[in-house]
Amino acid sequence: MKLSKSPWVLHYDGSSCNGCDLEILDSTTPVYDVERFGVVNTGNPKHADIFLITGGINAQNAPVVKQLYSQMPDPKVVVAVGICACDGGVFKDCYNILGGVNKVIPVDIYVPGCAVKPEAVIDGLRKAAELLDQKQKQMKKKRAAARKEG
Amino acid sequence: MSTRSVVPFGPHHPVLPEPIHLDLVLEDEKVVDVIPSIGFIHRGLEKLVEKRDFRDFVYVAERMCGICSFMHGMSYCEAVEHIMGVELPPRAKYLRTIWCELSRLHSHLLWLGLLADAFGFESLFMQCWRLREKILDMFEASTGGRLIFSVNKIGGQRRDMDNAMLHGFVEKLGGLEEDLKGITSTFLANSAVNSRLKGVGYMTKKMAQEYGVAGPFMRASGIARDTRKLGYDAYGDLNFEPITSTEGDCYARTQVRVRELFQSIDLIRQAVAKIPEGPVAVPIRGFPKGEYMVRVEQPRGEAIYYVKANGTKFLDRFRVRTPTFANVPAMIELMKGCRLSEIPMLILTIDPCVSCIER
Repeated sequence: MKLSKSPWVLHYDGSSCNGCDLEILDSTTPVYDVERFGVVNTGNPKHADIFLITGGINAQNAPVVKQLYSQMPDPKVVVAVGICACDGGVFKDCYNILGGVNKVIPVDIYVPGCAVKPEAVIDGLRKAAELLDQKQKQMKKKRAAARKEG
Repeated sequence: MSTRSVVPFGPHHPVLPEPIHLDLVLEDEKVVDVIPSIGFIHRGLEKLVEKRDFRDFVYVAERMCGICSFMHGMSYCEAVEHIMGVELPPRAKYLRTIWCELSRLHSHLLWLGLLADAFGFESLFMQCWRLREKILDMFEASTGGRLIFSVNKIGGQRRDMDNAMLHGFVEKLGGLEEDLKGITSTFLANSAVNSRLKGVGYMTKKMAQEYGVAGPFMRASGIARDTRKLGYDAYGDLNFEPITSTEGDCYARTQVRVRELFQSIDLIRQAVAKIPEGPVAVPIRGFPKGEYMVRVEQPRGEAIYYVKANGTKFLDRFRVRTPTFANVPAMIELMKGCRLSEIPMLILTIDPCVSCIER
């Protein structure tokens, strides 16, 4: 079963202005409706395949982001939504901003924009779903190789 | 004798799109104490004013919060304009008023949707956000952005709306008004919804005054105070009365915001009928020197902006007191004594905007 048929999404606000968060929520509502791609928004990191994260991450938020990421089962894909999540954006020079999600956890897909449009979020989610399949395949190959050796 | 237990709420919680952390001390189902901790969104935006040109800082001020971004940018501009002694052309004032009221519509609809989601009525949440898209379409047509517009500049507006567009908006708002009547009656008259809202988180008028709360949270406790009555921008020319309710519970707060939706539509109609012709911006010269404080009624209540300038292109200080910041202490007090299941409702009825609180 391909994971891309219905990827579950975890969304977290990592010190953003909440503009991108609203656009992520917007993309789940009737006009944009990501559920037609099987995408389900979940609050539980243990059920999630894709991690949508916004904002440039501050010192207090970094451990929370790391914990959420570590609680997600493999395979998982991280999508940095918005220019702040990509590299800090307009808040890059602020004293309390680490400057991008990739300073804290590895990021697979970058979706720039301020605030991102729901169309861009959907595009990012589709790419994340494809990547999820690839990661799943690699995991299966690794497991088969390990079984042969063992 | 029951034992006490602590339930952590947040920073990641499905009810809120933003992180805030509360430690809820429970005795059985009853909340006896709440210990909040904030700072997950603190970016240090106010300090950035020392590094950015005061004309460029408008873009940073707007990004304080994605919901009322227009008003943040506008109020910053108004403070600097006042220091520099710039008199805004009347058309720019009306444009600001119209965009402000559209922002209020979009913010209140967003809030109604999140409230519906908090008490588990998902289709109502979807309906609210579907209607909100119509407002966002108007923003996109008039400014180019959906949430963050960057149409403010010191000395006026970057863009104008022609009269055909303005009248088109009024027509669309007429259609929206009919749709709104349908969904808001569910909030106010549905017995299942009422059972979750009525009598929850009752705040007396005295308590509202003591805690210095702001916005619809305050007006729902019977205090008729609305900063728009000061008559900034074009509000002095428009006819309206602050909307209040005396019940002081979650239902009253919902009722006040629902009635404000219709009030905003009415204000836009009045503003479009009265808008004068003319330029939308005046050129500015030199650098600001002095200090000024601006008060603005945001969707969440009264916000205060303080700007201190020293005559160079960098400002000395920019300080904001946002309405949610004023409302949090009262919210914490209301939570003591309520049941655990009512916590999401109480958090939402102050219309929390965490990125505004922490900046």
